[in-house]
Formats: sequence, structure tokens, C-alpha cells
Amino acid sequence: MSTATTAWREHAESVLLPVLALLGALLLFGAWVAFGGVSPVDTWVLLFRGAFGDSFSIQNSLQRAAPLMLTALAVALPARAGLIVIGGEGALVLGALGCAALPYGLPGLSGMWGCALVLAAGAACGAAWLGLAGALRQWRGVNETISSLLLGYIAIAVFKHLVEGPLRDPGSLNKPSTLALNESLRIASLPGLDVHWGLVWGVAASLAAAVWLSFTTSGFAVRVVGGNARAARLVGLPTNRLILLACALGGACAGLAGAIEVAAVHTAANASVIAGLGYTGILVAFVARHNPWMVPPVALLFGGFGAAGSLLQRRLGLPDASVLVLQGFAFMLILGSEALRGRLLPAARAPAARATPHVQEVTA
Amino acid sequence: MRLDLSNRRHWIKTLGAAGAGLSTLGWSAWAQAQKPLTVGVVYVGPKDDFGYNQAQAEAAAEIKKLPGLKVVEEENVPETTAVQKTLQGMISQDGAGLLFPTSFGYFDPHLLAVAAKNPGVRFAHCGGLWSEAKHPRNVGSFFGYIDECQYLNGVIAGHMTQSKKLGFVAAKPIPQVLRNINAFTLGARSVKPDITTLAVFTGDWSMPVKEAESTNSLADQGVDVFTMHVDGPKVVVETAAKRGKFVCGYHASQAKLAPQAYLTGAEWQWITAYKAMVEAARSGAPHPNFLRGGLKEGYVKTSAYGAMVSAAARKNADDVKAQMQKGTFDIFKGELKDNTGKTVIAKGKVLKQTDVELESMNYLVEGVVGKV
Repeated sequence: MSTATTAWREHAESVLLPVLALLGALLLFGAWVAFGGVSPVDTWVLLFRGAFGDSFSIQNSLQRAAPLMLTALAVALPARAGLIVIGGEGALVLGALGCAALPYGLPGLSGMWGCALVLAAGAACGAAWLGLAGALRQWRGVNETISSLLLGYIAIAVFKHLVEGPLRDPGSLNKPSTLALNESLRIASLPGLDVHWGLVWGVAASLAAAVWLSFTTSGFAVRVVGGNARAARLVGLPTNRLILLACALGGACAGLAGAIEVAAVHTAANASVIAGLGYTGILVAFVARHNPWMVPPVALLFGGFGAAGSLLQRRLGLPDASVLVLQGFAFMLILGSEALRGRLLPAARAPAARATPHVQEVTA
Repeated sequence: MRLDLSNRRHWIKTLGAAGAGLSTLGWSAWAQAQKPLTVGVVYVGPKDDFGYNQAQAEAAAEIKKLPGLKVVEEENVPETTAVQKTLQGMISQDGAGLLFPTSFGYFDPHLLAVAAKNPGVRFAHCGGLWSEAKHPRNVGSFFGYIDECQYLNGVIAGHMTQSKKLGFVAAKPIPQVLRNINAFTLGARSVKPDITTLAVFTGDWSMPVKEAESTNSLADQGVDVFTMHVDGPKVVVETAAKRGKFVCGYHASQAKLAPQAYLTGAEWQWITAYKAMVEAARSGAPHPNFLRGGLKEGYVKTSAYGAMVSAAARKNADDVKAQMQKGTFDIFKGELKDNTGKTVIAKGKVLKQTDVELESMNYLVEGVVGKV
């Protein structure tokens, strides 16, 4: 069998596996609601209508997906360098803080450049935070999964301390907030849509990350480090620097998400920003298998779950948790379906044979 | 109503053409009055949280019973673009004409953004932020003076405490919360002037682990009656009961969770505001933009006393409650000192419940152990 056929089979599988897993999740969910006395067909129809049924639903899903793309990259990029970093929520929260705090230091900010600066401030805060998790692991041997998770709590504590203390707008009585960004620093909606520019940022960041990892030398080097850090050191790659870079870029994405939440939605930093977007990003990244090309469609899927769940609650009176059940089914089946990779489509040769050209590629 | 309809049809049939023309007018007025209305209710947490959201859901369940009224609900909606989409979805997908976004944090910017795009839809927000100068006419807000019930909680707690140490598990040191802590303490100290309230702030509205830790730590310090201001009082009630302490509830009744420990509680009675909003929407009357009230107006109520509450305590609390219902009782009046010894309300000055000064309360009164 030629390499071309193998490649074709791999591509077909990487599309088929998640699609079948999703269908399986929908079937299971149908059975599950049937036990509760709700018609599965009604449920499926509503799920579709709520997520992608009309222009409002599609915009609803897109809007919900936008921040998830960025927070998913905060997990996916470090993962490609071999680190399981799950502290996107902390980076997002500090990004929001950085964005809202910058005008305190530079009161004259305004216009497009001002907007770019506050977003950059948010991204820088996020980058520093996850960079810290990467540095702790490379130089102090601290497990990055644990440290990034715990750093998230510290970030939220710092956020609350500053928002409810030194940075508090004295006018915000019962909902402590920072001063609102001035009008010209805010991000508008996309023309003709009820979706803000954060969506474009999310898609652009995903594409940029994908191009970087797939087509550039440094991106390739990061993947080598992620594949085998020891081998990477052996061939002279600056492992520490690359890992730090991947963490910082991931953090920058989450920080940017936080900054966009402030500039496009909340206008000021307050506790409403802490809404778990960073945690949902972890799910998105894992379902996308840490592949930035896959991040936007998977984020859209999760946005769709959110939008559809909203309609399910209103029409069928199902509890909010039912959508979590559907998400759980989907998550389990998509990850579980990995076991079928290489076995789904009938092949002339066993998967072991597939490994040969890869080995040659690397040694060449 | 069906009977009414057939009668009218019958009446139209038997009348001549001129009569029919007249009756069309009557018909449309009738249809207007009974126009089916879809009401959307949005909660920030679960509807069955034994707390803030449950209090709202109970009112929603009540208005669901009204004829010709459809209620659509959504729970666990965060204060992000998600709530904007939910509100817009209720309008576009369900045809809602009146919306109750119940979380305080929904107001600015979310509710205001959606309200600006849908001038024909009425928005009734819980929290009392509406102001004529700043906000559109299709937005309204309602809130209750629940500190009256917290004062009564304090009176009961004051009678029932042995250690003279009361515990208050609070979310954030914001004016609404401080007002409750202060009212509770003033109520208790009206019974025994040497009572102290130990206040702990957990930092957020829903922090179950910290709420349990705070309750345990306060119990270790000798507190024997608890109350709280967090979104879901369940944890504090159950933990206090487990430690063999008494507890006064908040938001909704938690009596079911610990009947042996539940003395009384401060509950919302949102149905009063819900009904006013719904009736105005159905009759086409102007949207009530600003609704407020306490015990007198039926915006708040107290839970039934637990069996262990002494007769003297009941009598004392009932007397104060009767005065509150008549509007002759003032909780905050001079001379009042904060817990650093500073006079916060001058001698002879009386603050009525409606006084805006109370809305920016930033102190803890004498007798509270804690810091803003």
C-alpha cells in the first residue's frame, strides 16, 4: 500500500472518528432523556435548532465559541511542547485585570492604538502567568499541571484583591468593579452581526498557532520537544526556551481572551469575568487533540452545546445539568474513539507497518 | 374563560351587523386584557439552591399558575455574553414580552444592552438599580428591605444565645451585606446589649468549602447562633446544625434542612414584585420602573418559628414585626457607632428604610467583630 493511501486513510479517520463519536453521544443522550420521559426526537430537533438552526442560533454559538478558542490554545500550545497546563482560567482573569488596569497608569489612552495596547497588556499578563508555570517546571522541577491549577487560584485572589481594593471604582457599590474603559478603547460587534470581534481574534490566533506549529522551524522544534524532550536536547534544541515560549504563547491567548471579555463585553474588570471559560477551554483543547487547526470547529461545537442547552431548558424544562451530561458523553466518546484509530477503516496492512515511513522521516 | 368566550360568540351571532361592529371593539379590548404573555426568568445558579435563586424560582412557579401566561426559565446562566444571548433568545425564539433577569450582575452591561435593542420588551431586574436619568423606560428594577427580617433574626438569636456570641457568614463586604450584618447585630443587642457578632467574609457569593470552614471555625470560637448572607445558605445551615448550634435562615426557608436547629429566617417574597410587573405588562399600563418594599409592602417575610424558640423571644420579635408592618419602627437611628468607635449616625438622626444613605453603608456597627 502506498503512503498516499495511508495518508488518505488517516485523514478520513480523523474526520470519521469524532463525527461517529458525536453521533454516539447524541444517541446516548436521546436514550437518557427518554428515561426522563422526554421525547428524544424533540430533543434532537431542539439541539440542532438551538445551536445552528437559524441566524440567531448560529450567532449565539459563534459568540459562545469565541473565548473558548483562545482559552483552548492556552492548553493546546503548551501541550504540543509536552506540558499539561490547565491554568488558563488564571491567565484569563489576569488578562482581564491587565486590560482594565493599564488606563490607570496611562490615563491618556484612546483610539485604536490604545485598544491594541490594553489588549496587549492583557496578553502580557496571561503570558507571564503561564510562563511562570513553565519556568517553575523547567528550573524548579514543579509539576506544571498542579502549579498552573494552583496559580489559577492565586490569580483569582490577586484579581479580587485589586478589583475590590486599590482599583475599585468608588461608584460600584454592590458589584465591585474597576473603572470602565473609555468608549474608544472598547471592541465593537462585527458589522451586521451580534458577535463581537473576539471571534476574529480567536480564529486568527488558532490559525496563526496552527501555521506556526505546522510550517515553521521553531514550531517544528516545539513539537520535537513535546515528542521527546531528551532527544530534543540531544540534537541541540534549546528545550527550556522552547517550552517557556509555548507556555507564554498559550498564556498570552488566555490573557487576550480575558482582555477581550473586558473590552468587548464587561467594559470593566469585575467578578463576572470569572465564569469558567478557562476551564471549558481545557475540554476544547483535549477534544481537539491539542491541534490548533481543530480548535475553532471544536470550540464552535462547545458553543453550540451552550446555545442548544439554553433552548432545551426553555422549551423542555430540562435542567441545566442535562447539557453537561451531553457534553460528558461527547467528551468520553471522542477521547475513547482514539482507541479505534488505525482500526476503523479496513486496511490492507496492520497499523505497525504504518510506523515505518514515520521513522524514516525523522531519521532522514 | 372558555364559557365567557362562547357566550360572547353567541352574543355576536344573535346581534345584527351594527351590533357586530360594536362588539369588535369590545372583543379587541378583551383580547388585549387577556393577551397571552410569555415571561422569561433567568437565574445565575440552580433553581433549587435553598437560597437566592430558589426564592426567585418560587415566585416564578407562582406566576406560572396565572391563566394565559407562559413562563420559560433558564438556570446557571453566567454574567457574560451568555445572559445576553439567553435574554435575546427568550425574545426571538420564545416571544417573551417580559423578562426577569434575576442576578444583580446581569444589569450592567448585559440587560441594558439587550433592552436597548428591544424597546418593546419589558425588563424587570432584581436589585434596584434603575434610575430615571440613566436608564430606558422599558427597564425596571425591584428590591426588598430584607434587613428588617435580619433584625428580627437578631432578636430571636439574642434570646436563644447562651454564649452571647453570634456568627455571620457573609460573601463580600458590600453595602447590602453590611446592612444585613448590622441589622442582625442591632436586633440581637436590643435583647442583650453585650452580645457580639463574629463576621466572616468568604470573598464570593458561592464558596461552599469556605462557608463550611467559616462555620466550623466560628463554632470553635463559641458561636452558638448563626446566620448568613451568601447565595446558597444550605452549607452554613447544615454545618451549624451538625455542630449542634442554632441557625437563622436567609433568602428562602431552609427549615427542611435542619428542623431541630432552624429558629427562623429572613425570606424574600418576590411574588409581590412579580405580580405587579406581570399585571402592568398584561394590562398595558406603564412599566413599573422602581419597586421597593419591606415587611409592610409584602416584599419580605419571616420563616415560621422553630419549635424550640421560646415564648418570650416570639413575643418580642412579633412586637417589633408589628411595628415594622405599621411603618413605625426604624432600624438605623442615632446615635449609632461603628465598631471602631466612630459615630456613623449622629444623635437624633433617624434613617428611614428608603433613605439613600443606607445604600452606601460602609461600616460595621459596634458589637460586630470583623473588618470591612
